[in-house]
Amino acid sequence: MAMSFEWPWQYRFPPFFTLQPNVDTRQKQLAAWCSLVLSFCRLHKQSSMTVMEAQESPLFNNVKLQRKLPVESIQIVLEELRKKGNLEWLDKNKSSFLIMWRRPEEWGKLIYQWVSRSGQNNSVFTLYELTNGEDTEDEEFHGLDEATLLRALQALQQEHKAEIITVGDGRGVKFF
Amino acid sequence: MDRFLWTSGLLEINETLVIQQRGVRIYDGEEKMKFDTGTLLLSTHRLIWRDQKNHECCMAIPLSQIVFIEEQAAGIGKSAKIVVHLHPAPPNKEPGPFQSSKNSYIKLSFREHGQIEFYRRLSEEMTQRRWETMPVSQSLQTNRRPQSGRIRAVGIVGIERKLEEKRKETDKNISEAFEDLSKLMIKAKEMVELSKSIANKIKEKQGDITEDETIRFKSYLLSMGIANPVTRETYGSGTQYHMQLAKQLVGILQVPLEERGGIMSLTEVYCLVNRARGMELLSPEDLVNACKMLDALKLPLRLRVFDSGVMVIELQSHKEEEMLASALETVSEKGSLTSEEFAKLVGMSVLLAKERLLLAEKMGHLCRDDSVEGLRFYPNLFMTQS
Repeated sequence: MAMSFEWPWQYRFPPFFTLQPNVDTRQKQLAAWCSLVLSFCRLHKQSSMTVMEAQESPLFNNVKLQRKLPVESIQIVLEELRKKGNLEWLDKNKSSFLIMWRRPEEWGKLIYQWVSRSGQNNSVFTLYELTNGEDTEDEEFHGLDEATLLRALQALQQEHKAEIITVGDGRGVKFF
Repeated sequence: MDRFLWTSGLLEINETLVIQQRGVRIYDGEEKMKFDTGTLLLSTHRLIWRDQKNHECCMAIPLSQIVFIEEQAAGIGKSAKIVVHLHPAPPNKEPGPFQSSKNSYIKLSFREHGQIEFYRRLSEEMTQRRWETMPVSQSLQTNRRPQSGRIRAVGIVGIERKLEEKRKETDKNISEAFEDLSKLMIKAKEMVELSKSIANKIKEKQGDITEDETIRFKSYLLSMGIANPVTRETYGSGTQYHMQLAKQLVGILQVPLEERGGIMSLTEVYCLVNRARGMELLSPEDLVNACKMLDALKLPLRLRVFDSGVMVIELQSHKEEEMLASALETVSEKGSLTSEEFAKLVGMSVLLAKERLLLAEKMGHLCRDDSVEGLRFYPNLFMTQS
């Protein structure tokens, strides 16, 4: 993945930083914001953030354009992401959040596919093995942060395709 | 309808003809009468109606019997009318077509037009009350209807005269009342008592408000310049005054509107109209009420209220939505514009420029950039660009 992030055209469009009153226009605007947040976090391997950080991050603050998305509008964007399943609040005050550029269910599916492909059903893995083991080096979920991984496995657990267990003094997972 | 007297139709000495109109039908209250085609004559003393087919059928009402008059505009399939509210018939009135009537008003329907001028002249006569200063001879009261064979009683004229004097006295009292404010308060007190009694009756639903009280009340209101509530109901939210005013506005505003691209804010209209009038300035309220009637009266102007509450007058031919396409072009050419910049470019007032840009935003052609630098409008690339 290229390290230079390519900003979308909206990022250089001043109205992007004003919440649009026209409902249809707003819909497009918010969709563009969601997409930008996810690709930004993906590239910068940022899986969690606080709202304060977000406000000052180049993501919502285009210094060159001299435009910032106001915090109320940031909240609206984050809420959209939550509704779509890409964001989870980490505290009651909604001051920090987990951001998943792929939804947990999607990660779960990818992991399970790899497990099936490599004939490793009924095997047990530690969480570390899954994300950092040699065997998964070529996989997309290699290097995935633990918080997201756990949620992916919980999604599989819901579908009775896996079970989260204790392995030694850490956690692991058994696949069915 | 029982206030009419049979008459020969001949004018007396000191009585002059003011105006006449053919094609008039009489209604007793709301009911059509068989008196459907006649010539209506207004003299200084009376209102005379003569059947066009049978000239012997001729009747009159003394103007002194009239409490007040109203205009009723023409409708679809209906002629314009004048509604004439009458005092109760005097007890010893001369014979006429009806002995009694449940209505205290009649309507005159002008089937061949002429209502506007007739109304004007009748109003004048009612104001001038020339019948009081120019007494006519006794034969005015003569019943000349051949078939009935009645004998005129001598005493009637005397009674008529007494009633006349009493009315003069009342008028004099009213004039005196105006001379001294405290006297005015006393007169006002009568009106207040009357309205209290009516209000109480309504509240307690006791008894009927008598016909007489209603008439008196209405005439008090009218003399104070309050339009008749009945009229307001008849015409919806408007009154005669506002209707006339609406028509006047068209005359004053047509050219200025065309000069300003077909649209003006109501405040601009207010200034323009009052400057043109010079005196008898319009209140903002009257202007708004008149403008509300423009559409209903199918005049070439209309009142439009934007979402923001801003009110404008537009030519009917003006299509603001069509202006949006050119507004988008202008904004696109310059990349982005504020309301002030747009107003200057197009030659509009800033207020109307802003409304136009807001409308374009509402329609999805433009989007906004709101920052410390101000409010700017851009072409809506969110929709046009993938």
